[in-house]
Amino acid sequence: MKQEVSAITNSHQTGLYQQYTGRKKFVILLLALLTAALSVIAINAGSMNVSPYQVFMTLFGQRSGISDVVIWNIRLPRVLAGIIAGAGLSVAGCVMQNNLRNPLASPSTLGISNAAAFGANIAIIVFGAGSVQSSSADAVIINNPYAVTASAFVWAMVGTLVILLLARLRGFSPEAMVLAGVAIGSLFSAGTILIQYFAQDVQVAAVVFWTFGDLGRASWKEVAIMASLVILSIAYFMLKRWDYNALDTGEETARGLGVNVEKVRLEGMFVASLITAVTVSFLGIIGFIGLVGPQIIRRIIGADHRFLIPGSALMGALLLLSSDTLARTVIAPVVLPVGAITSFLGAPLFLYLLARGYQKR
Amino acid sequence: MILSVNGLKFKYPGRRVLQDIDFSVEKGDCLAILGTNGVGKSTLLKCINRILKPQSGAVYIQEDEIFKLSRNELAQKVGYVAQKHESARLTVFDAVLLGRKPYIKWDASPKDMEVTRRVLKLMELEDYSLRYLDELSGGELQKVVIARALAQEPNILLLDEPTSNLDLKNQVEVIAIIKKVVKEQQIAAIVTMHDINLAIRFADKFIFLKNGTIFEAGGVEIITPENIEKVYSVPVAVEKFNNIPVVLPL
Ligand SMILES: Nc1ncnc2c1ncn2[C@@H]1O[C@H](COP(=O)(O)OP(=O)(O)O)[C@@H](O)[C@H]1O
Ligand SMILES: [Mg+2]
Repeated sequence: MKQEVSAITNSHQTGLYQQYTGRKKFVILLLALLTAALSVIAINAGSMNVSPYQVFMTLFGQRSGISDVVIWNIRLPRVLAGIIAGAGLSVAGCVMQNNLRNPLASPSTLGISNAAAFGANIAIIVFGAGSVQSSSADAVIINNPYAVTASAFVWAMVGTLVILLLARLRGFSPEAMVLAGVAIGSLFSAGTILIQYFAQDVQVAAVVFWTFGDLGRASWKEVAIMASLVILSIAYFMLKRWDYNALDTGEETARGLGVNVEKVRLEGMFVASLITAVTVSFLGIIGFIGLVGPQIIRRIIGADHRFLIPGSALMGALLLLSSDTLARTVIAPVVLPVGAITSFLGAPLFLYLLARGYQKR
Repeated sequence: MILSVNGLKFKYPGRRVLQDIDFSVEKGDCLAILGTNGVGKSTLLKCINRILKPQSGAVYIQEDEIFKLSRNELAQKVGYVAQKHESARLTVFDAVLLGRKPYIKWDASPKDMEVTRRVLKLMELEDYSLRYLDELSGGELQKVVIARALAQEPNILLLDEPTSNLDLKNQVEVIAIIKKVVKEQQIAAIVTMHDINLAIRFADKFIFLKNGTIFEAGGVEIITPENIEKVYSVPVAVEKFNNIPVVLPL
């Protein structure tokens, strides 16, 4: 009899736990569906009208005429770039916030974006990779986008390595990494200001244009590179999800649970920085997603990285994709800089969740 | 012999803490480490768990030198509960499930879930399963972290002041649970405690630390007014109550 009662309680407990994890899976599924639905809307939206029917036909290989070209070569890469970059930046922020035990850690607060911008400045101003042409679409055209991308990437990685090397002196302590990141970031910003001070107006215009993040810069090739990196990184982060949960309970406890704290932190920060470097070099600076994406989802489903990592990725994808769709449609045909829209959308949402506090269970 | 510490010496930069520490622990032993604040009790536990690296000396766990094991292998053998706990936005169930981390490859197995449920039941935490850690009281959190260490199914439990936040009922219950687990599964527990009387109820071996080294080690017979006065610089009387020694400060 007693045995029976305890068996019932046990299965009751199990059921409750499954209900609880089920709810988190449901939120993640919902985010995935929302992202998919928004993708269709985003492909539809724009100066050339395409019906959802045409979109589906194109996606499933029934290509026909001009709409096919627009969808296949312009809109689809743009939408995918939004999903991938949003997911990558947000998941990078999620891991940085965990590794550094700091809710303010993100790709843009740690100076890596600044380093990339510095690299773009060097390429455009010092090596003349950018110049002005009068074109009907954009006032500014960057002559040699590959040189700019390469330079931005190289400097972002230089920034990352310097931050990690400096932090190594202090045993990769979170404070050391945050402070080194902030210091390196302001050093690169100062360098950027100096370069721009001695540059011609047109060059400054080109580089400022570069700095505004823009998903339209991604063609299929960039999308493919970013997608492979982001997918591999998310797989790596998922592999480490138990370590990240353990880190949340304190460094010594994590060690006691078998976590090689320094190694996990070094690798996590490196991969997160690599995502940032690649995204920013291809698309320009897209701030705020990496900070706010993981924070929003953390308030909805809690800090368990089994769910937080995929949740952050989807939240970031959704945020960036909706921002870009808005940026393209709000005063079409003018396309607003997506980075600004991100903050306009993300900040109020974040503040609302902050004021409301954590969701129960 | 399940654990032996040989000639251990540890210093923080500029501060000598431990020296000439030698002792060993057998299966089924409950060892209490006693001494004043700041004498190095927590430091000693951290050296045994490789959280700190001693300057010299060695720690063997079942014939293995701890620095020859990987962190994960060590975590399968040693469960550690720190003196301070940090809470996180994790549920009690997930926090205890983390004790299975050393065994988890990709995802928690049915056995991991089973062990977690068993430990939650043992520690009477079932009703707390889905509460978040950052919404628990200090005592509730302390029970959770002890449960997590038990979920590691270790050969040795290292508990740093595991009862400091517990009420009288929970103090007695928690040490009874730990003692039962140690005896039944023939593992060992090393526990630091402030309350000598609680230590007497719990442990069958004692170590007094003084000035960073072992002042006296042995069974309950070393709990004498002379030893306690020398270690804590407080005059005490030791009386027998139901044949158990009781320490009374004078
Ligand atoms: N991180 C540290 N750096 C320097 N000194 C420390 C550090 N942690 C503890 N100490 C010192 O080492 C001594 C032993 O500390 P501890 O082992 O925590 O004592 P307790 O016996 O109270 O647990 C104390 O004097 C303490 O001030
Ligand atoms: Mg202590």
